Amino acid sequence: MEKERQVLVVFPHPDDEAFGVSGTLASHVQNGTPVTYACLTLGEMGRNMGNPPFTDREDLPKIRKRELIESARAIGIQDLRMMGFRDKTIEFEDEDKMTNLMTSLIQELNPSLIITFYPGYAVHPDHDATGAAVVRAVEKMPAAARPTLHCVAFSNDCIEKLGEADIIHDITPVNDRKLASIRAHRSQTEQMFAGMEEQLKNQEPEVMARINIERFWTYRFE
Amino acid sequence: MEVVDVQKVQGIINQFANQDVYIHLETTNGAYASHYDQTFFSAGAYIRNALVRYELGKITGNGPFRIGLKINLGWVYAEGITHFEVDEQGRLLLAGHDYNGKLAVALEISKTPFE
Repeated sequence: MEKERQVLVVFPHPDDEAFGVSGTLASHVQNGTPVTYACLTLGEMGRNMGNPPFTDREDLPKIRKRELIESARAIGIQDLRMMGFRDKTIEFEDEDKMTNLMTSLIQELNPSLIITFYPGYAVHPDHDATGAAVVRAVEKMPAAARPTLHCVAFSNDCIEKLGEADIIHDITPVNDRKLASIRAHRSQTEQMFAGMEEQLKNQEPEVMARINIERFWTYRFE
Repeated sequence: MEVVDVQKVQGIINQFANQDVYIHLETTNGAYASHYDQTFFSAGAYIRNALVRYELGKITGNGPFRIGLKINLGWVYAEGITHFEVDEQGRLLLAGHDYNGKLAVALEISKTPFE
């Protein structure tokens, strides 16, 4: 993994960082690179309330905010920013406003690497809209000044359309941090983990590969 | 939240009648429904802080329950309601959770705007 000057991560939901990129982020932190995570919403529209319910629609964002802070701590992120948008509304916000927000983050932080979702290949409308805003902001910069842009994609057609990911990180050395990040988002991941604990204990290769390998597509501007 | 008690919920619905109230109403399958099952037609609707006044509000059904509010110029209704709660701010929170504990529908009534 190349040493970066500054990493900026932009995702819309608490827990978006956990599965796909927390190992990569923890590695950058270990390398001494400052990492800023701008999380646009508090995942207010999460559906997992528990059976019997442990939370409700109005209380969930408070839980998810605490989980986000805990996850960032587990990864070692020094600069966590909660941007105050509302879950599932990013695509309906004013596009220029979103672009300008990303531009102002880039101008302030001068990142050498930005990590976000690949617009059009990230399934959730908030993911696509967040990635698109970052792409628009970077596109406006002179080509030579642009930071590298690594995108997360997982739509059913992403490999067919984009080809295989070109950046593959084996994050095994920091997978304890990654698992701590995933576990921090308890309200979202507890059900999933319930089925995985045994497999994790046995270090089942398929599960470990899913944890240890993080994939990115470098965004190529026209 | 607690499992719906029809009499209790009806009593609380009555307390909000004939005054300005803010409504949160949503239905959802989740943003990943069509990703995991491409034959699934995903649909949902969401409104937060609609300011209405209802003259009549009713909970019906044998569970999951239906709730209808007759507002000044129309109607608000939700079906699939399983749980309720009056939170610390005095708001009536109603929700329908599926068998895995995932929220499928929510109807909430408050005298002050939802944040």
